[in-house]
Amino acid sequence: MKRVSPFLVGILFGMGLILSGMTDPRKVLAFLDLAGAWDPSLAFVMGGAIIPAFAGFRLAARRRASLCGEPFHLPRPSAVDARLIAGSLIFGVGWGLVGLCPGPAIADLGFLDGRAALFVVSMIIGMGLYRGLASLPAPPSVAEASLDG
Amino acid sequence: MTIDWAHFTPGSAFAGGLLIGLAAAWLILVEGRVLGAAGVLGGLLPPREGDWGWRAALVAGLVAAPLIARPLLHGSAPVIEAGATTLVAGGLLVGFGTRLGAGCTSGHGVCGLARLSPRSLAATVAFMAAGFLTVFLVRHGVG
Repeated sequence: MKRVSPFLVGILFGMGLILSGMTDPRKVLAFLDLAGAWDPSLAFVMGGAIIPAFAGFRLAARRRASLCGEPFHLPRPSAVDARLIAGSLIFGVGWGLVGLCPGPAIADLGFLDGRAALFVVSMIIGMGLYRGLASLPAPPSVAEASLDG
Repeated sequence: MTIDWAHFTPGSAFAGGLLIGLAAAWLILVEGRVLGAAGVLGGLLPPREGDWGWRAALVAGLVAAPLIARPLLHGSAPVIEAGATTLVAGGLLVGFGTRLGAGCTSGHGVCGLARLSPRSLAATVAFMAAGFLTVFLVRHGVG
């Protein structure tokens, strides 16, 4: 039972990604192509998503724990640093090359697309490479780094 | 700048966005977790006792979504045009970058912005800028 709710969240998230067009790299690349025939549609995805998410986080802030009793796992407030910016820039380059970010790439596996599978496997290897590198000098912040989302 | 009105779909984009936001609100209120695809997946590498179940269930739901959405939306499957080399390079960059930057489009771009987090705003500006620049160079750059 404990896993039904996150499973349904995954379905809802995936339906939203598919309906919005985020799962189609052609749509994503047309959004990122300011100098071509620009399709601004995907700007509306962020607008639509932030409204209920904002309400959800505001409601959460008034509670001591989530409905299932789990405490809220939120990132600790911290400064903008070089890691954050460098990582986001690297991510943006990969996003621009293919037109897929992590959520839509995982959802595209459900379309039984071999290219999505190749992308997701590479993405997981990339995450593993980060973990391998991050564990070398053993900085204490590695575990927390996953918390922003 | 030329706008491609023929493919402009603000309605379905906004409606899809609402579903994504509802999923994020649900996950934080019911489970106490932030909906960030890279974070949810990355937390499974390796799976940790007491923590992997909700992550695996969410990922399974995400993969199951097309099976439900396809008949409902009468939509065609997405078309991934990138070749194998680009897919591998892009995947490695997205995987590495989202872990180093602690978030992706959903974690920073939706949840982080909804939480009014300055870090997520900076991250979102950075990955959007890099995305715009990359597509510009690939499609309109020299060569």
